[in-house]
Amino acid sequence: MLKVSNVSKNFGGVAALRGVSLTISKGTIAGIIGPNGAGKTTLFNIISGLYPQDEGEVFLEERNISFLSPEKLVRLGLVRTFQNLELFGRMTVLENVMVGLHTKSSSGLLSCALRLPKQRKEEKRIVEEAWKCLELCGLAEVAEKEAASLPLGQGRLLEVARALATEPKIILMDEPAAGLNTRETTGVADLIRKIRDMGITVVLVEHDMELVMEVCDHISVLNLGQKLAEGSPREIQDNSAVINAYLGED
Amino acid sequence: MKKTDQILFFAFSVCILFLPLILKESYILHVFVFIGINTMLAIALNLLLGYAGQISLGQGALYGLGAYISAILSAKYGVNPWLGMGVSAVIVSAVAFIVGFPILKLRGHYLAMATLGLGIILYIIFNETVDWTGGPSGFPGIPNLKLGSLTFDNDVANFYLVWFFALITMFLALNLYQSRIGRALRAVSDSEVAARIMGVDAWLLKVKIFAASAFISSLAGSLYAHTVTFIAPASFGFNFSVELLTMVVVGGLGSVFGSFLGAAILTLLPEWLRVFHDFDIVIYGLLLILIMMFMPRGLAGLVSHLKAKVYVESK
Amino acid sequence: MESSAQIFQYILSGLANGSIYGIIGFGFAIIFNATGIINFAQGEFVMLGGMVTVFLLSLLQWPLVYCILLAILLTLIVGIIFERLAVNPLKDASPITIVIITIGASIFIRGIAMLVWGKDTYPLPSFSGDTAINLGGATIMPQHLWILGLTCIIIILNRLFFYHTIYGKAMRACSVNPKAAGLAGINVRAMVLISFAISSALGALAGIIIAPLTLTSYDVGIMLGLKGFCAAIIGGMGSGMGAVLGGFVLGILESLGAGLISAGYKDAIAFIVLLAILFFRPGGLLGRSGIERV
Ligand SMILES: Nc1ncnc2c1ncn2[C@@H]1O[C@H](COP(=O)(O)OP(=O)(O)OP(=O)(O)O)[C@@H](O)[C@H]1O
Ligand SMILES: [Mg+2]
Repeated sequence: MLKVSNVSKNFGGVAALRGVSLTISKGTIAGIIGPNGAGKTTLFNIISGLYPQDEGEVFLEERNISFLSPEKLVRLGLVRTFQNLELFGRMTVLENVMVGLHTKSSSGLLSCALRLPKQRKEEKRIVEEAWKCLELCGLAEVAEKEAASLPLGQGRLLEVARALATEPKIILMDEPAAGLNTRETTGVADLIRKIRDMGITVVLVEHDMELVMEVCDHISVLNLGQKLAEGSPREIQDNSAVINAYLGED
Repeated sequence: MKKTDQILFFAFSVCILFLPLILKESYILHVFVFIGINTMLAIALNLLLGYAGQISLGQGALYGLGAYISAILSAKYGVNPWLGMGVSAVIVSAVAFIVGFPILKLRGHYLAMATLGLGIILYIIFNETVDWTGGPSGFPGIPNLKLGSLTFDNDVANFYLVWFFALITMFLALNLYQSRIGRALRAVSDSEVAARIMGVDAWLLKVKIFAASAFISSLAGSLYAHTVTFIAPASFGFNFSVELLTMVVVGGLGSVFGSFLGAAILTLLPEWLRVFHDFDIVIYGLLLILIMMFMPRGLAGLVSHLKAKVYVESK
Repeated sequence: MESSAQIFQYILSGLANGSIYGIIGFGFAIIFNATGIINFAQGEFVMLGGMVTVFLLSLLQWPLVYCILLAILLTLIVGIIFERLAVNPLKDASPITIVIITIGASIFIRGIAMLVWGKDTYPLPSFSGDTAINLGGATIMPQHLWILGLTCIIIILNRLFFYHTIYGKAMRACSVNPKAAGLAGINVRAMVLISFAISSALGALAGIIIAPLTLTSYDVGIMLGLKGFCAAIIGGMGSGMGAVLGGFVLGILESLGAGLISAGYKDAIAFIVLLAILFFRPGGLLGRSGIERV
């Protein structure tokens, strides 16, 4: 489904990624873990087209997507969420999700300004589909609230809801459970499984080990910009290099 | 458009329609012609600043470009003023579209400086191409617009002429706000990266809305040229761009009715308060600082805040 | 055909004007490095320098030097007040908010100047007479020498301050990474205040030394400020030296353009250069604005 091949990225003197390769198979939940600063978010930024990589390539279903812009990638079915929420703060929750349907609609500047009948019909459809996403993510009650006013838990859900609205084939989630309490985290876990069951491939970056071990089919570990290990949750838990990376080597 | 906005817009249009009957040939009616033009200009800037979150300090020059092209076409080449108005709007928005690509790659402070630079270059051109524009001493003898036997050379006719365009502008801007493109613009304003991840081609969209803004500004410029029949560069300089900025900020970023309020207040104040004339830039400066600090949503924000308060108390 | 003496003349006066742009640009760079803000009111410090000196001179009848020093001090105080009232409360405001507020402050200061001194232009006497000096066919005014000399002194002082004093080093640390500097015990907000103080003083000085050549009035700040910004962009916001070099480049381009092409478009040159640089190096020639972090 998604293949990352030998990707490297430097920021000035910092080597954020050094020759990372990953393969993520269709219909699975793939976890990427690693200590702070390991390069996980940087990897997402490169895959999703926000940063250009210095080296290496990215493939989506055999197609080379290196250096494609985010707005192209979402049309190919790749979308992501942000670790530090990037919600549209002054818009309502519903409107946030409606932006997610941007590529699923086509009214241009003029037909929007003139409110042509076709545009009104499309608008109705957008609203309906946005509501579906909100219900799926349990945000229906707060639909009319301003996004900036949401508590963190709902903010993270809105990131996911908005991404789902784009009808992706693959969704990259950057720490969807960071800062959430146990109850909220369970909700996120259920939602992730639901998304997989809809046929969407999930790539999950997360520090909450319990969540990762519970939902992921396959896990890769990054450390200091390099892939340290990969395997099933069982194998990772028993891997001594991983344990060292997390606890600090002596 | 939301239901409340629809009702408000309808009521507003009716008021405008009957205003000349109440004001008759008074001086205020004359001022309202300029309020209409400034409302168009403020909305044009608001599309950029309030909707898309992109600043432009060159709006005054785009307005001027529209005015000059109209004036030159009609007075020097005898082109029908209506046609000239359309042609200049197309030219000005095409110019904006082309320079928009490099300019709108820039953000924040750099965008402000670049648009300011663009404005000043145009302003210098207005002053220096004396053969075309008449230079600093101005361009006299611009013909009035005509419709059949009706000539737009008096305040009542000009009032309806200008407000016809101003109301259409308001209507379109209101529609746009609650629409696919309006949401995409506001998304770009709140988080450009997230908007792009959602599939919004932020750069192209910003360029398009800049061109649309230029189109409206140019129409306003043509209206100004044909109603006043004399134009000079001083009306289109940096100071006027700042005045427009003040109108939008006072009225409220992103609010169409706010843009009208801002335009009305900043056009009426100097007429009512003679002293204001000397103090104008001091007051604009203070307004910009104080409103951005303490009332960042302007008058429109204040109104909806009060409404919410009344609503809560009446419960 | 222009003679080489004439070209030399253009270059000389270009260098003198360019020094002024450079000093102003330096002021932009100092504030930008401390805060990430482009201060649209920078030009008003320049205007205040010249106007306050003229005013003090006629009011107090003191020798020029004292009036100049006092004018710089007063402008510096305005800079500090500006930082306290308008910039300090902003914290993490969006760039648009900051741009609007500094524009507001700029026209506010300009408006006050207009109310106090009217719309007239004022002369300021040259520092040491108006007898032109002949230099290989070109003439140079003593004031030009003053400008070039003072610019050199500023460059040297800048170097000493930023590399050899504790405050200067602390300010450089803040510009590289304010968070880390804060953690290391540097008072970041104080550094911001100092940057406004230095920058307003520099602006005032620039406004004073150019006033004898160009006259001064309440609205000279717009153009001079913008050209200073342009100089900083050409040279790169990263360093004061860069801004000064950028100023030289701009000054020479301008005076050659005015002399050889058309005087009327002189002011447009700065903005064409500015746009060209912004277009071809989006984000400016400076290092900082790279990619947005998410
Ligand atoms: N835009 C940037 N500019 C400079 N350095 C960056 C940038 N983005 C990331 N880095 C650096 O790259 C390294 C990897 O950062 P990254 O954000 O990818 O880590 P992460 O694995 O997501 O960490 P965390 O678990 O804390 O989110 C860090 O040293 C970081 O400081
Ligand atoms: Mg991260």
